Order: sequence, then structure tokens, then C-alpha cells
Amino acid sequence: MNLQTRRLVPVIAAVVLFSVLPFMLPSFLTFQFAFAGAYACAILGLTVLTGSNGQISLGQGAFMAAGGYTLAILAHSAGWPPELAIPIAGVVAFVLGGVVGLIALRLTGAYLALATFALAVSVSPLIKRFGWITGGAQGVTLPFSRDSRMLYAETWGIAALLLLVTWFILRGRIGRSLRAIRDNEIAAASFGINPVPYKTFAFALSAAYAGIAGALVATATAYVSPDTFGLQLSLTLIIGVVIGGLDSLWGAVIGGLVVEFLPLAAQSINVAATSLVYGIALILVMILMPGGIAGALRTLSRR
Amino acid sequence: MISELAEQVVSGLATGAIIASMALALVLIYRSMNIINFAQGEMAMFSTFIAYTLIGRGIPIWIAFALTVLIAFGGGVAIERIVIRPIERASPLTLVIVSLGLLISINGLAGWIWGYQVHAFPSPFPQTTLRLGAVELSAQDLGVIVTCLGMLFVLWFFFGRTRLGLAMRAAAVYPTESRVLGIRVGWMLALGWGLAAVVGAISGVMIAPIVFLEPNMMQGLVVYAFAAAVLGGIDSPVGAVVGGLILGVALNLMGTYISFIGTDLRLPAAFLIIVLVLVIRPSGFFGKQSVTRV
Amino acid sequence: MHFSRRLGVLAIAFTLIAGYFIGAPRVALGDAPGVTSTQILLGGTHPFSGPAAAYGTISQGINAYFAYVNDNGGVNGRKIVYKDVDDGYNPAQTVQLVKQLAEQDQVFAFFNTLGTAPNVAIQPYLNQNKIPQLFISTGATQFGLEGTKYPYTLLFNPDYQSEAQIFGKDLIAHNKNAKVAIIYQNDDFGQDYVTGFQRAIAGKGPTVVKTASYEVTDADVGSQMQALKASGADTLLIAATPKFAVQSMVIKAKLGWNPVTYLTDVSAAQFLMQAATKAGGAGATNGIVTAEYVLDPTNAGMAGAPGMKLYRQILSKYGGKADPNNAFVLYGMAAAYTMVDALKHAGKNPTRDSLMNAALHLNEKNPFFIDGVTLSTSPTDRFPIRQEQLGKYMNGLFVPYGFVIDARK
Repeated sequence: MNLQTRRLVPVIAAVVLFSVLPFMLPSFLTFQFAFAGAYACAILGLTVLTGSNGQISLGQGAFMAAGGYTLAILAHSAGWPPELAIPIAGVVAFVLGGVVGLIALRLTGAYLALATFALAVSVSPLIKRFGWITGGAQGVTLPFSRDSRMLYAETWGIAALLLLVTWFILRGRIGRSLRAIRDNEIAAASFGINPVPYKTFAFALSAAYAGIAGALVATATAYVSPDTFGLQLSLTLIIGVVIGGLDSLWGAVIGGLVVEFLPLAAQSINVAATSLVYGIALILVMILMPGGIAGALRTLSRR
Repeated sequence: MISELAEQVVSGLATGAIIASMALALVLIYRSMNIINFAQGEMAMFSTFIAYTLIGRGIPIWIAFALTVLIAFGGGVAIERIVIRPIERASPLTLVIVSLGLLISINGLAGWIWGYQVHAFPSPFPQTTLRLGAVELSAQDLGVIVTCLGMLFVLWFFFGRTRLGLAMRAAAVYPTESRVLGIRVGWMLALGWGLAAVVGAISGVMIAPIVFLEPNMMQGLVVYAFAAAVLGGIDSPVGAVVGGLILGVALNLMGTYISFIGTDLRLPAAFLIIVLVLVIRPSGFFGKQSVTRV
Repeated sequence: MHFSRRLGVLAIAFTLIAGYFIGAPRVALGDAPGVTSTQILLGGTHPFSGPAAAYGTISQGINAYFAYVNDNGGVNGRKIVYKDVDDGYNPAQTVQLVKQLAEQDQVFAFFNTLGTAPNVAIQPYLNQNKIPQLFISTGATQFGLEGTKYPYTLLFNPDYQSEAQIFGKDLIAHNKNAKVAIIYQNDDFGQDYVTGFQRAIAGKGPTVVKTASYEVTDADVGSQMQALKASGADTLLIAATPKFAVQSMVIKAKLGWNPVTYLTDVSAAQFLMQAATKAGGAGATNGIVTAEYVLDPTNAGMAGAPGMKLYRQILSKYGGKADPNNAFVLYGMAAAYTMVDALKHAGKNPTRDSLMNAALHLNEKNPFFIDGVTLSTSPTDRFPIRQEQLGKYMNGLFVPYGFVIDARK
């Protein structure tokens, strides 16, 4: 069996496992898995933006909010079903991401992190200020409900689709250029790779993924409010991509699962434990295991 | 009208002084090793809790503060040696993530140890009001402003006029050459963190009487501190303080007189300031323009 | 060789994971799940982490009271078990946890779930599945008005609009030409307050001349207070949470402004008033009017109340790490009392419907309430607490002022 097929096996196994899971799990677990899928989509955006392209964004939650609220407003005011609104949410977030991406061209490294941190913090006041559109502090209840299996199918189905799309994008010239820019922007430029369109595109694409993820979370919760998309969320997504594995598609999936299930598990130990575990894990992973869990698995599988 | 304006300016200066102190700590770490320390606020909060615990044990306030400053210094040094040292030369991404990890861990640790209840915290300043012409100024506000400027002066003196300070600056900018000269670069960096922790502890102790002590008390201020540091120039202590004071006043005036912004859009306004400054003049108003060598 | 070994590992992992999850219990939702011959299982969500974590201490009061009841025979012979989990005040988390508690743990009912947004998020699911959502920890008025749509949801706290109306009534009685300034938190709590107050004074004389809001992430409210003073108002309504309320009082004094001031009871605990007096002088707090329904553990004037003694007794034996001076703990105990009251009236073999019925026919004298305040519900009145006792802060203590006012009347 050659290398290509060997690498396909874990993928096929995962697809089979994920397809069968909702039929074996009780409804509430399927529901939680659905959320994991939504988070995986958002984390996948960071895999592209931060992992492949080296731009640190702590504002992913803001784009999730954009997508989530787009869907909520369309559903609540215009009666759109979520399935139609999700792509629109993605498009809206894509445009916003492009705008932020253009601004981000002038910022690098820690400065970008700082600016996006401030963006994440600004979301809640902005949502409340434009209350006549967003429902303000009361939030927006969505006039539909979906059962757990349907939600699972939607979130992981979309996640699978986005994974496929990302795989295509990253394996080709775009991916190589993104990575070249990450590794040494000036050298890449001297090779004829213009960073501007690539970096902006990476931002816009990751924002679109986050927007879709936000729309999925809104669908699953059937409610949005300023508390749903706070700073905590943006930090959690970064945690997910780092622990999962930065420049790895598997990392996004693992990250989504970690981010969803670790707090639930940690609660039984001590409620403050979650933050402590996350924080320490983040530090240890960056120092000892910068490739995250996916990277570690990859190294192990080579033995 | 005028006295109202004056009062807004004065209270803005007081808020600004608090922001400035936090920004000062950020600048200190940035100058010593080019890291933006996202955990700065949490470190200050943790130090304030230590002060609170000491005071609760019956130790007189000023002694408790002195002890807290010492403990904070030790803590800052320890964090640098244990957590930052392994990644001193790593990529910006690694540095940012680790700093975030510190933010989250310290917040979680404080929550674990002390819980999330809100506590009143005694103020180091007397609770009297002074009058300057038509303007009333509280001793608290004045005390904060004076302390902040005082810290700035001490740091200016230290970095500009003492050998140790000079050694620290050398270690930050020219580590290799400094080693050749016998400067223990690693310990200089640790010292930088220790000093930043001290500045943070002092800020925390000044802020806690106003915002009340709890693990999340710094989160509202951190963004403003970032904005101030960026505005003034992330590597300039004077800039941080000036930036903080200007920001405090500007936010107050904007909030009161520009009703579109009002008081609820101050955070987005701070975000906008950060972005605008970084895009137009990344070195801030007092920082040095730097050129990157390829 | 390597390949088939890896396949084997995957297969084993798959089976293990599958087995773990399949094994997770899942029983259909009946009409008395969570009730066995020895215990009743209740579920709850509170923020134990994140920005709202201070409210998590409510749980300590609840657990202490349940432990006390359990030690004294329980409810009709059954012990109460309360599974209270952390949702971080994030509605996306709350819906997941509630579903888990309902379907995996099979809780009988939900009690004192906290927060307006989290409760709005879980309302549809709980009502669809006919699971009682009782004595929720929020004062958002909407929850009292949706009985037809959401019959299984019931408030506990006096709703914000009612409390604001109580202040409004008092103001109308004392100063028909009042010019009112309002400082409020920019969320459902503050906004509800403003609505309620304006509704109470509409057309009756007093007018609102200026409002100013603040965000929970603001460092202080100095500029808001200055703007309010500049409006020339002679009356101030503070609809703010503790630290901002204290700041408002202190800054008001420092500005030399002395309006008639109404303060929401959320921020009227004695230790807060003392902090404000310390920082702003007596002028910061003297004469401030608040409305209270539950006892304040830091108010020395209430130390002799039987409920206060009971509270401290219970805490000393069952309180664990709880701080007796934390008003949230006392609130939790008061709410737990009502829950036990409802459970007792639900009968020897309670079902979810019999519990709802009991909850909607309460008429109780809660020992942890201020004398004169009662709790009553009916199928057409889903506001359990609509009375508060006004108090005026004089010489370092809130003294009762006027009578218990009923917002219903």
C-alpha cells in the first residue's frame, strides 16, 4: 500500500466514526458534539490564518459574532431558515474579514494580536449599542429548533466540507505562498509573492469560517446574545488551535473536540480548574510540543 | 460650563493615571524583551490579592504593601526564569500564546485560591477632598497621579542614571555584545519582569479601592492600558504615562460631549485608537522609529 | 506490518470510544424522573467562572439550606440532591448543560438557573419537555409575563420593573415635580429598571431629564455622574451593580451633588454602604432610599431577626467555605426555602405537574425575608415577590421608612 493510501486510512476511519456516532450516542452528547463541530470550523480558520500564514488573531470571536447575528437577524426578522442563512453569514464575515485583513497588513506579530484582542473586547458594547438591529442585551430568540442529529449533521457536514476546501487550498500554490509569507515575508516578496492579496485572503477566509461557525452556534443554541461571543470565546479558539496543532487540519478537529469537552470534564474536578488547566496546557504545549496534539501524533506515527 | 469641563479633565486624569501605571508596566517588559505581556493585568490583580490576604492577617497596611511589592518582584523574576526563559528567542506567535497562557492560568489560580466574590479594599490614600480654585480634587485622585508620576521618575532615574539600569538597557538591545562585556543578560531580563511586576502591584493596589477586588477586576482596564502604551509608544515609559493621561481625559470628554460615542462605546473607541496609531505611526508619539534590517 | 498494526490500534480506539459513549445512560423522559424513594434530584446552572462568577456564591447558600433540610427529614422523607454546574454565563454553554442534566442525569426539575440570557436560551427546551424551570435567578420582567407561552417557567426575584415602580410610587408621593437622572448598567437589568421607572411616573408629574449608562467593563463611572449632575436633576436613580453603585455614591458626594437618591437593592448591602461612606463621607450615603425584600447579613439592625439567626446557625453547621456576610449566600438560602416549600406541597409522590401546580399556588412567609414581605403565586400571577420594604440610610444603617409597598397595587 503506498504512502497516499496509507495517509487516507485515518481519514476514512474518522469519517466512518463520525458518521456512525450520532446513531450510537444519546441525544445530549450528539448535541455537544454538534457544538464541537461548530468550534472546529472556527478553529480551522485559525489553522489557515495563524498556522499556515502566521498572522495571530485574537479576534476570531468577533467574526463568529458577525456570522451568528447575521443568521439571527435573517431568521428572526425575515423568517429565513438557518440552512439558507449560514452561507450568507459566511459571506458577511468574509467581507468584514477582508476589511480587517487590509488593516492588518500594517500590523505584525504581537501588535496584530493586541489589535485583534481589542476587537474581541469591543464586540459586546457594539452589539448592545446597535440594539435596534441586534436586539441589544436581550438577545434574539430564533423561531425554529433543530434536533440534535440534524444539528450534528449540519455542523460536521459543513466542517467536513470546509476541511476539504482548506485541504485543496493549502496543498496548492496558495498554501505554499501563505507558508512562505509566514516563514519570511520579505524573502517571499523578493521571490515575487505579493503578500497583500495572500494575507488579506487568509484573513477573509478565516473570518468566513468563523462566521459560519458563529451561525452554526446560533442555530444550535436557537438564541444569540452579546454574552455568547465574548473575549473568552476568542481566547478559547486560540487555545483550541494551539493544543490541537497549528498547521494541521487534524489539529482543527482535535481542537474543536478539546475546546468543547475539556471544560465539561474539568468541571467535575473544580470549576476554576478549567482556566488553570487551559493556561498551563497552553504554556506547556508551546514550549514542549509546538505542533500540538496533531503534531505529536504525527511524530508518533512515524516511529 | 468651564468648571464642569475642568472636573471632567481632572477625573479623566485620575482614570488616566491608573491606565498610565498599567501601561508603564507593559512598556517595561516590552523594552526589556520585546514581548507584549498580556498577563500584566492578572499579575497586578494577583499581587493585590496577596496584599489583601496580608492585611486580612492583621499586618498594617503600609507594611503589607511593602511586602507585596517584594513578593511581586520575586514573582516576576520567577515567571521570567521559569516560563519565559525557554522561549526567549522564539517567534512572536509563541511569545503571545505563552503570555496568554499566563493570563488564563493566573486568573484561574486567583479564582481557585480566593474565589470570585467581590471585596472592598482599603485605600492607601486619605479620603479627603481638596479645592483648587473652582475645581474639587479628591486626595485619592491626586495620590494616584502623584504615585504614577513618581514611579515614572524613579524608573527614569534608574534606567538613565544608574549602572544597573544601563546594563539592563544594553542587555535588551544588544544581548550578544552585552554578554561579551560580562553583563548577565538572562538575569537582566528577569529583573525587567520583576520591575514590571512591581509597577503592576502598585497599580493594582491603587485601583482596587475604586473597582473592588476580584479576579476579573483588571479586564476592563487592560485594553485601555494597551491603547495607552501604543499611543505613547510601546517602548517609551514617558510615552506610556502621557498616553495614559491623554487617553483617560479623551475617553471622558468623548463620552460626555460626543453623544454618538456616549459612554458605552469607549472600548470600541480604544480599539480604534490602537488600530489608527499602529497603522499611521506604529512607534507612537514618543517612541523611536525603528528600521528593520532584512 | 506497520500499516495493519496502525489499523488495529485505530480499531481498538474506535471500539473503546464507542463503548464509552454508548454506555452513557439514556432513559426516556417520564413524568417523575429524578425522584426515587430516597431522593429528589434537582439541576441548576450558575456562573462559577468568567466575568459573572461572583454570582456563583449563591450556590453555597442553596446547598447549605438543602443540607439542613436533608438532615431534618428531607422533603416527605426524601433527600434533595442539587447538581449545580458552571455555564460561565454563556447561553451556548447553558443549553448544552441543561440538556445533559435533563437527559443524562434525569433531574426532576431545574432550580435557580441564573441569568437572563441563559434562562431565555433554555426556556423553549424546558417548556417543550415539560420540565419545571423554577425560581430563576434573574429579575427580568419578561419572565413573569409569558405564562401562556412558557408555563413551566417561574421567577423568584422581584422583577426589576416592579422594584423601579416602587421607587416611582414613593417619588410621586413625595415630590411631584422631581427631575430625575438615572445611571444604569447597559444590559437587561439596567434597561428594565429604566423602563419600569418611566412607566411608574408617566403622566404623574416627575420627569426623567437625563440617563447615562455604563458597561460592566468600564473602570469607573466618573464621567457619567458628571453628566448627570450637569443636567440639573434633583433626584437620582442608581440602577447599578455593587461596585458601580458604590462609585456612583462616592462620586456624587465628591461632586458636591446631593439629589434624593434611590438605590437598587442589588447594591444596598451594608458593607457596600460602609465602603461608600468611607470613601465619600457621610454625604455619600445619608438619606439614600432603597427597597429590600431579603435580609441583609451585614446590617447589624437585622441581626436579631429570627431568620438571620437561623441563617447563621445553618451556615455554621452546613456552610463550608461560605462567607456569612455575603448577601448572595443569604439570597440562595431564601430561594432554597421556597423550593423546599414547593416540593413539600407537591405531595408525597411528586410529579413534574404536581410540582408546577404547587409552585403556582404558593403563599409563604419566608423566614429570610424582611418582615411584611410575602411570596405568593397563582396561575395568573407569576411574580412571586412584588413587595419591598423601603429603607432610608440614616446614621450608618438602613432604617425602615414607610410601609411595605406592593407593586401590584
